[in-house]
Amino acid sequence: MTQKKMISTRDGFGKGLVELGRKNKNIVVLSADLTDSTRAGWFQKEFPERLFNLGVAEQDMIGTAAGFALSGKIPFACSFGVFASGRAWDQIRVSAAYMNLNVKIAGTHGGISVGPDGATHQAIEEIALMRILPNMKVIVPCDAIEAQKATIKAAETQGPVYLRLGRSGSPVITTEKEEFVIGKANVLKKGKDVAIFACGHMVYESLLAWEELQKQGISATVINLHTIKPLDSAAIIRAAKETGAIVSVEEHTLAGGVGSAIAEVMIQKHPVIMKMVGVKDRFGESGDPEALYKFFGLTAKDIVKAAKQAVKEKIKR
Amino acid sequence: MRKEQDLIKLKKKAIALRKDILKMLYLAGSGHPGGSLSLVEIMTCLFYYEINYKAKEPKWEKRDKVILSKGHGCPALYAILSDRGYFKREELWTLRQLGSKLQGHPSIDCPGVEISSGSLGQGLSISNGMALANKMDKNEARVYCIIGDGEMNEGQIWEGAMTASHYSLENVCLIVDHNKLQIDGPCCDIKDMEILSEKLQSFGFEVIQADGHDFSSLIEAFNKARTIKNKPQAIIANTIKGAGISFMENKVEWHGVAPNKEQYEKGIEELEAAFKILKEKNEKV
Repeated sequence: MTQKKMISTRDGFGKGLVELGRKNKNIVVLSADLTDSTRAGWFQKEFPERLFNLGVAEQDMIGTAAGFALSGKIPFACSFGVFASGRAWDQIRVSAAYMNLNVKIAGTHGGISVGPDGATHQAIEEIALMRILPNMKVIVPCDAIEAQKATIKAAETQGPVYLRLGRSGSPVITTEKEEFVIGKANVLKKGKDVAIFACGHMVYESLLAWEELQKQGISATVINLHTIKPLDSAAIIRAAKETGAIVSVEEHTLAGGVGSAIAEVMIQKHPVIMKMVGVKDRFGESGDPEALYKFFGLTAKDIVKAAKQAVKEKIKR
Repeated sequence: MRKEQDLIKLKKKAIALRKDILKMLYLAGSGHPGGSLSLVEIMTCLFYYEINYKAKEPKWEKRDKVILSKGHGCPALYAILSDRGYFKREELWTLRQLGSKLQGHPSIDCPGVEISSGSLGQGLSISNGMALANKMDKNEARVYCIIGDGEMNEGQIWEGAMTASHYSLENVCLIVDHNKLQIDGPCCDIKDMEILSEKLQSFGFEVIQADGHDFSSLIEAFNKARTIKNKPQAIIANTIKGAGISFMENKVEWHGVAPNKEQYEKGIEELEAAFKILKEKNEKV
């Protein structure tokens, strides 16, 4: 693949917030002492009177956001993914999701690619934590452009939304023109042997894997599953029928995450061979993002291996 | 201070609400009498004296909001909402039944209920968000957040307290239903709050003490709270858990058990006797 521009999805979110702020005076942004890191600071620069810092108090931040939402505002509550989800989970459950409020949660620093900060700061459980809540929508943009679109769409959609964003620069693989609809997966490559579903930075890795698989004579479908909830069940069933083998790829623990969500649909509607690439029931670790992707088996090479195994097992059946 | 007759009227209303609460809980067969009964005068005072609202237009933008953070006290909220015309009285008897608007802990699907609550500690943060939004919109409505003293064990209450004070939310009035008992026993034995007023003061609140069962005292407290500028107010309403029913008063075992038939009838009898005394008193005035 040609050299891509590297921008983080949190930067795309930051741009989206500013764009929203200009369009809609009801947009407010809440921060828990991580205003610059989450890019809420970009919004603050232009709209200081609409930025509310709650200090290091994520539970209070979600509750305050709920109060804003109950008063007709559209609050974006921003923190690192670990804190924005797990630390305030019951507040998200009762004060936001149960009331189906317009509380938008931006969890930056998602996944192990946070890097050197290590396990406490690497959110690898939040997709699971968020998708099990009724009314909640969960979006994991694959690049900065998609993150910007997702931010705008999150504000337009009724109810709570969780946006999972990354800290590190990630290759920009989509364009402004591409359609982004919450709940509608984007098919990036069409093949017949195996279907790869990925979200976030893993979409790029999956495209690299697609190239390698093609060289090895395997024709793969690659699907950008940017919305984990509501899940595009039709896209999953279609891919299962067309290829008979599925690979899920996520920068997240395998328990309850993207692969689990896909399997829940596939196993009931059209069971086929499936392999899951992700973090295997363990915590993260400090390190450089590239080294961590390798260590945790989240590279194109690992995806190729899983895809080939899926194809092999399918043929044996 | 209001006229004696007005006070008697409020007192009579409180007795009627207590009867409704008892009946709701008896019919439901479960629920929380102690912390509902301690709220009766607070609720009556809010909805008959203090707040601006339109029962026929529950989402009226300029309304003052009553946030029941201690959701388990909802029978008291349901009783006053129905009394003030938010929904039909018959619906009270569906409390805790499948399909009822009157969930075991409040849900916003019930007209007049401002927030879903039940998981303790969450109401103050929500109140702050509403108060900040009111300020943005130049809306002068106030937010009244009712919490329990046991609920103050929750860390989020203190996070919210810091926020209310940091943002100088004079449109937030915190009301502590200080009945001094929680599920496992006396608050001072479970997690001693020590001097509550000093704690709240140091968190930036204007603290106002009140007798939570005395209308004159509550009215005075609300009147004072409204005059405070640039800071949130906390009314510490000293109450009795299970107030109004002799055998429930100050009894921790009445936190979360409904009365049986015999207990229900005895309670109603007590309330009717109290009502009769008030009526006679009223006639003399």
